[in-house]
Amino acid sequence: MSKHTAKEVLLNPVFANNPIGLQILGICSALAVTSNLKTALVMSIALTLVTGFSNLFIASIRAQIPGSIRMIVQMVIIASLVIVVDQVLKAFAYSLAKQLSVFVGLIITNCIVMGRAEAFAMQNPPWISFLDGIGNGLGYSAVLISLGIVRELFGAGKLMGIEVLPLVKDGGWYVPNGMLLLPPSAFFLIGLLIWGLRMWRREQIEKPAFRMAHQVVDKEAY
Amino acid sequence: MSNKESTSRTLFVALAVSLVASVFVAGSAVALKPVQIENRLLDKQRSILAIAGIGGDKLSSREVKDLFNSRIKARVVDLNTGEYNDSLDPVTFDPLKAAKDPKTSAALKGSEDLALIKRREQFTTVYMVEQNGQLESLILPIRGYGLWSTLHGFLAVKPDLNTVVGLGFYQHAETPGLGGEVDNPKWKGMWPGKTLFDDSGKPIIRIVKGGVDPASPDAGHQVDALAGATLTSNGVDRLMQFWLGEQGFGPYLAKLRQQGA
Repeated sequence: MSKHTAKEVLLNPVFANNPIGLQILGICSALAVTSNLKTALVMSIALTLVTGFSNLFIASIRAQIPGSIRMIVQMVIIASLVIVVDQVLKAFAYSLAKQLSVFVGLIITNCIVMGRAEAFAMQNPPWISFLDGIGNGLGYSAVLISLGIVRELFGAGKLMGIEVLPLVKDGGWYVPNGMLLLPPSAFFLIGLLIWGLRMWRREQIEKPAFRMAHQVVDKEAY
Repeated sequence: MSNKESTSRTLFVALAVSLVASVFVAGSAVALKPVQIENRLLDKQRSILAIAGIGGDKLSSREVKDLFNSRIKARVVDLNTGEYNDSLDPVTFDPLKAAKDPKTSAALKGSEDLALIKRREQFTTVYMVEQNGQLESLILPIRGYGLWSTLHGFLAVKPDLNTVVGLGFYQHAETPGLGGEVDNPKWKGMWPGKTLFDDSGKPIIRIVKGGVDPASPDAGHQVDALAGATLTSNGVDRLMQFWLGEQGFGPYLAKLRQQGA
């Protein structure tokens, strides 16, 4: 088994192996909570903590987990952590918890958490697994926060709820792009982001899985 | 050590993990519950104060609590008869819970259910702002379905029971930036001063698209719809009709008018 260094597991997932950008995981919440920066930020923190600690706990007991029930054991640990995060948010950041509503709970089903538990924490010691979880959380956060900034700034003229671009309807000059506040806009933005990332780091471009055959008989077209 | 994959070992690990996890989850839920209940109450009190126009926007939790306790009186009302019911404690009584219980609520027929809430509770809590024993404003809880979610809010009216003091929603999940603009202070600012009823006591307040013509004789009971949020606007319009009508606070308001006259 190859050795992982702390720096590598922390920083690789941000650009080189981004969970959203390269692995295309965790898209659901990336669409849902990025209409403003504040919720994107809280979601990022919540997911980073959950991924980190679920990796830590799973790695600590990885030698004890029987293969036949390993998925459900991972699930139990992840779900417990998510419930705790949700309870803490409800207690100390009530208005944010209200906005995030169901999405905190849905971290349970976020593929990044499960993916790291299964792919990394089951084979590596606790500390490095913890860092790997935090690193993947950071990769997710980087994407969420960029989306949050773009969507809130150009969709509502604000950042963190503070007005940056004065809106026409409040007497300013900026006409907001309302579509940016709707979930589909995040699809376009994530698409552009992935394209940008792969232009910058060519090694991320995947080989085509198959090549389309040339059309040889013109009847195929009818 | 016995084989990791054996049945007994599997059962043991499953049990142990579940046990630890459940202690962890239950512990955090129980430990944080008081703070959460406090938060929920505070959130509601804060929005009641804001809608009644008492205090500023930047009140600390303490100030909210003090102001609420000193200025606002809560009472439970029987929506069927319009009478107060003082046997129910407004502090502990939860109208939303009552609305789900078939014993304390009634199902609404399709044509009656303007606000699309399916069931309406028999008792609900109203809030009164009083100054020297005189009613300053009356705050009624309202709710109804918008586009994605039920909007929960309050409507504050003057003692003439006709003029709006304020309207606001403390809980909803409408589209941010579109329907979510029900929270926009500018839109909420259009409500105060509007009148709710015509001379015969029928609810006449409407949300209109395309802007209210200030010269029109109807401008006093019309409010601009939210731009790009037809369904949320319709929802607010319908929930106003519902809660001001016979199925809502109609009987209660009629009683109050009689007593006032």
